[in-house]
Amino acid sequence: MQYNQQEYQKYLEKKSPNSPLLKNVLFAFVIGGAICTIGQAVTDFYQTIAGLEESTARTAASITMIFFGALLTGMDVYCKIGKYAGAGTLVPITGFANSIVSPAMEFKKEGLVLGLASKMFVIAGPVLVYGITASVGVGIIYYIIRFIGG
Amino acid sequence: MQYVNAFWVGGLICAIAQVLIDKTKLTPARILVLFVVTGTVLGGLGLYDPLVRFAGAGASIPIVGFGNVLAQGVIKGVQEHGILGILTGGAEAAAGGITASIVFGFLAALIFKPKVKS
Amino acid sequence: MEKRHGRQTVGFQGDVRICAYASVAGQKEKEGPLGECFDIVMPDAEWNEETWEKTESKMQKEVLKAALRKAELKSEDLHYILAGDLLNQCIGAGFGLREMEVPFLGIYGACSTMIEGLSLGAMLIDGGFAEYAAAVTSSHFCTAERQYRMPLEYGGQRTPTAQWTVTGAGAVILAKQGAGPKVTHITTGKIMDMGVKDANNMGGAMAPAAFDTLCAHFRDLGRGPADYDLILTGDLGVIGREILIEMMEKEGYDISKNYQDCGCMIYDREKVDVHAGGSGCGCVASVLCGRILEGLRQKEWKKVLVIGTGAMLSTTSSLQGESVPGIAHAAVLSAE
Repeated sequence: MQYNQQEYQKYLEKKSPNSPLLKNVLFAFVIGGAICTIGQAVTDFYQTIAGLEESTARTAASITMIFFGALLTGMDVYCKIGKYAGAGTLVPITGFANSIVSPAMEFKKEGLVLGLASKMFVIAGPVLVYGITASVGVGIIYYIIRFIGG
Repeated sequence: MQYVNAFWVGGLICAIAQVLIDKTKLTPARILVLFVVTGTVLGGLGLYDPLVRFAGAGASIPIVGFGNVLAQGVIKGVQEHGILGILTGGAEAAAGGITASIVFGFLAALIFKPKVKS
Repeated sequence: MEKRHGRQTVGFQGDVRICAYASVAGQKEKEGPLGECFDIVMPDAEWNEETWEKTESKMQKEVLKAALRKAELKSEDLHYILAGDLLNQCIGAGFGLREMEVPFLGIYGACSTMIEGLSLGAMLIDGGFAEYAAAVTSSHFCTAERQYRMPLEYGGQRTPTAQWTVTGAGAVILAKQGAGPKVTHITTGKIMDMGVKDANNMGGAMAPAAFDTLCAHFRDLGRGPADYDLILTGDLGVIGREILIEMMEKEGYDISKNYQDCGCMIYDREKVDVHAGGSGCGCVASVLCGRILEGLRQKEWKKVLVIGTGAMLSTTSSLQGESVPGIAHAAVLSAE
């Protein structure tokens, strides 16, 4: 063999084209920014027109965005935007909805219980596991500080 | 101007994630975990709320904002319920988002069929 | 005369012929440069089946039936079927071919399965163990995607090195003498692992295996690139193909003039977004059975060396941080 493993991996890396970083980042910025701007408009709608207080309006806006994320995923639109947007559709809460709906749809054929339902969180599950665990960590630290501080 | 701030802050958070995807070996799933934990930590330190006040949905709609909601919730939980709040606070604050994801996800999966990409 | 040549190659003394062959392809493949070559084009990804796994099984069944029709044979004339696919436990072949009532040998060589089946079938024929044997394989974009990657509706991005799983199938019927292209030699590859861990760069992971098998083939038979009108690899894609050319050149073989890769041939990369090209068992199977064997039959080429390339990974091995071992099997097809 002409190369050992390390040499070959280096050679392969050189031969493999990189992702078009500038284009990807630009698309992620614009589309991600646009989704957040829509989220802001929805928040404002709940605050000014529906008269909700700020934090409730934010929760309502998140839920609305989750709804649209789920709907666009079902309508075969979200993945088409995601192809260009990359992290721009991944990071907003709509992407969380996409990561729940897409496996649920995909595995519906394996049944409503062991397919749809059990596969629902294959992608999004880690976010909940680590997010909630981290929040418990925050809670413990906060509790101790309060306890010491009296 | 809230809309401008929402746009560029939200866009920037997504752009950082994109750089991490393209430049490191981190998979999207790992980046989401990293972001939500970062949001929880920043929220716990009280550093994320100022960003939410500045950028509105630009800070609350990205998954980092979800981490912040969890942290704010757990702090409120401890204040109101003491030690029990450590376990109930985070999920309580995130309950709307989680339940909405499950229910909308369930309904969407019932109604729609996946299509082949072309 | 010895049947064995060197370490990895076998030469057939008798007349092993591919008496019939057939191919199935999907819509995206039909739109490609080889679109006119396939026997059966599926109307859509489902092909009237409830699940994509059922569709893939149907592809195996229909492609074998089409080949049998062309050979004017019935399934009971076959002594063996050698078939496999990419799905866990090879359910595409197992379910698709269950009603054929032919002794069945399930095989797995990842995307090299077509040439593995052809090699084993040719040995069965030449050994006098069968009059007729069939080799069948398939892949389907949707079944592969859900098993190896992400749900279809997930909004993810592909890397430029990723390849697109071909929706296609191929079947060959091997016979002791008769008409049709002749199988003269096979070279069975070794598993080659260069420690590549990126499951989205399979061409790069498989290229060393193709290189190793190609060198072994030349060494075992004392041949070179000029002995073939066409050297064909299965699914190295754009990146793997380039690596193979460079590595062969370093070894003193110039294959740049008569070498092609099925993964580069099957799609028009200018028009459709398939990144580094096609992949999957169905890639080499549909191109071989749709285009290459027909070209041999019409004497467009006299001698073709076809090399099936496979990446022996699974989702479990990927998650556990294992590398992607490659495999490559070669067969010499002659128009004489």
